Amino acid sequence: MIRVGIPHGLFYYYYYPWWKTFFNHLGAEVVCSNPTTRLTVDQGVGTAVDEICFPLKVYFGHVLELKRYALDWIFIPRMVSVEHRSYICPKFMGLPDMIRASIPDLPPIIDITVDVSQSDRILKRDLLQLGKLFTPRESKIREAIKRAREEQKFCDTLAGQGYTREEAIQLWEGKATHSFQTSILNLGVLGHGYSLYDSVINMNLINRLRNMGCRLWFPESLDEDEVERAATAIPKRVFWTLGRKMVGSAIYLSKQPEIDGIIYLACFGCGPDSLIGEIIERQIGDKPYMLLTVDEHSGETGMITRLEAFCDMLLRRKNHIYEDNLSTHGQYADCHKGTI
Amino acid sequence: MKITFPHMGNMQIAIKALFKELKIETIPPPPVSQRTLELGVKYSPEFACLPLKVNVGNFIEALELGADTIIMAGGWGPCRFGYYAQIERDILNDLGFTFDMVILEAPESRITDLLNQLRLIGEKVSLWQMGKAVNFAWHKLKAVDYWEKCYERYLGPALDKQAVNDLYSRGLQQIDEADCKREVTRRLQKLETEIEQIPRHNKPVLNIGLVGEVYTILEPGTNYNIIRQLGELNVIISRSIYMSDWVNDHLLKGKLIKSNHQHIINCAEPYLNHWVGGHGQETIGYAVDFARQKYDGLIQIGPLTCMPEIVAQSILGKVSTEQGIPCMTMYFDEHSGSAGINTRLEAFIDMLNRKQCQQLMSEGGF
Repeated sequence: MIRVGIPHGLFYYYYYPWWKTFFNHLGAEVVCSNPTTRLTVDQGVGTAVDEICFPLKVYFGHVLELKRYALDWIFIPRMVSVEHRSYICPKFMGLPDMIRASIPDLPPIIDITVDVSQSDRILKRDLLQLGKLFTPRESKIREAIKRAREEQKFCDTLAGQGYTREEAIQLWEGKATHSFQTSILNLGVLGHGYSLYDSVINMNLINRLRNMGCRLWFPESLDEDEVERAATAIPKRVFWTLGRKMVGSAIYLSKQPEIDGIIYLACFGCGPDSLIGEIIERQIGDKPYMLLTVDEHSGETGMITRLEAFCDMLLRRKNHIYEDNLSTHGQYADCHKGTI
Repeated sequence: MKITFPHMGNMQIAIKALFKELKIETIPPPPVSQRTLELGVKYSPEFACLPLKVNVGNFIEALELGADTIIMAGGWGPCRFGYYAQIERDILNDLGFTFDMVILEAPESRITDLLNQLRLIGEKVSLWQMGKAVNFAWHKLKAVDYWEKCYERYLGPALDKQAVNDLYSRGLQQIDEADCKREVTRRLQKLETEIEQIPRHNKPVLNIGLVGEVYTILEPGTNYNIIRQLGELNVIISRSIYMSDWVNDHLLKGKLIKSNHQHIINCAEPYLNHWVGGHGQETIGYAVDFARQKYDGLIQIGPLTCMPEIVAQSILGKVSTEQGIPCMTMYFDEHSGSAGINTRLEAFIDMLNRKQCQQLMSEGGF
């Protein structure tokens, strides 16, 4: 059986069901690297150039792990654009070339170019060509594409129910996952999926917040049309797909009264994040907002302190239970005087 | 209306010429200084790349001098540059400045779109005048490029570096002050004969290619004047990009002159097979091209966290090994220090000199 390796990073979080179904249906076995560990990070950091962003370093680590397995192919797509007139990020456009230049002796790379910014004609042609590596029958390839699309849709609906993309993929593969507890705070949590849903990159942010009694809202948990509509509030359409979703989600969430605050997880050195964080901050008015920047040097303790402080502040603001003279976010010390 | 624009090397000479012909007053920002950088860093997003910060600094200083209209280029990703103008407008608005911002978006198809955008700014300008103005500005741009090339060629071998530096700045001023095409050409010829006559030393001279992000290459204020520093270390520099190339390829979509762009893109294969925004692919293409022309070394420069250049940097190592050309990458941001940069450059040049010596010795049969 032909074995295809898929690194557990970057667009794995968005399109793994698609890719896995496609290759499985063509009769190939899919080998995915294990979830990120400290070792993955260390290996990636040692291989990639220093200036690259954290999720890409982690991705290098995953590719290094796959190199140890006997694989016939390794799947590193060149993600240029997944929708009309938008891009992902320049680094994704050069990803297969960067991997090839930095990691020698890899199995042959499947570096199909995904670019639908103008039309999806070329992608369809390339997919058929890719399928021919596994089967000569065109009808089977078309069937595989159709199945892949259905499975992807199913997984997307799972992700819409308040799960992270990683959990949705676990559920999709039939594994049990986390159940939600009662919540005392509603928080919007935003960021690029490949950093937000990787528990090593985000330093367990999601579980920490849930354990503090927060119900979390991800970009996927929101209605897509509402998000797109909210994203048109700024004068120039954001040309990064993920960036636009973040801006839209943030603006949408900021208008929901039941949302207590928004946390944005950015990676140090991420190009889009450096501007998106700024746009969001200007757009969301006085909704409490915290920008967390992480990289391989971030300390967990610092992060926990900030999360606790943020949540405490939101609780105080919500309950007004303490009679003290400390101002909370967006308020000043005397603002409740005379209201009783 | 008093127009201002961001600095990018000596581009202001051409822009001033253009608007003077269109009878519009311009207020160029003061040259990029420590204060420019400080202002920019203070008000820009922390992790934005350096050109944005310098732009913001430029605009603040120009608005302080009384400018009321800002001209800025736009774009459509995936590099951050396409979103600069939006962020800059918000920042300046929040600071309480009142101004108009004209964003020149690179036209999708026709060059006339861009000309029309420009025409809207001017008042009562005929198409003929417009054409004449563009023609004159383009001529000046080419003249500046030519003069910069002369400078880069003659600074390395010159005995008295200060004389070349002085002549260079005087030359720029003369081109700036020339008021017709013929005058520009005449002055340029005179300057060239003058720079040729500066005495030269007979020490070995290195040829180094400078590749990387366009703004950092063009604007000496952001690269700590790397060209001058290298020239003073007896190096002849060849840049991968000049202003006219950028204007031609970026703003005019390669319509004005036939460039060697396609050749460079072909050179980038098989190392980088796809366009990555900015000048990432060009960086790799030129690296290969310089290596084939037997240059002694390569320096890649860019602002810290520049996305296309990081892609190029990841691949440059392989190019260096396979094509046999020493490479060094330097990123600049507001924390760079000139002493550190100087040390790195000197070390790199020393290494190349030693390599050259060894080669000469082995060829000489020692």
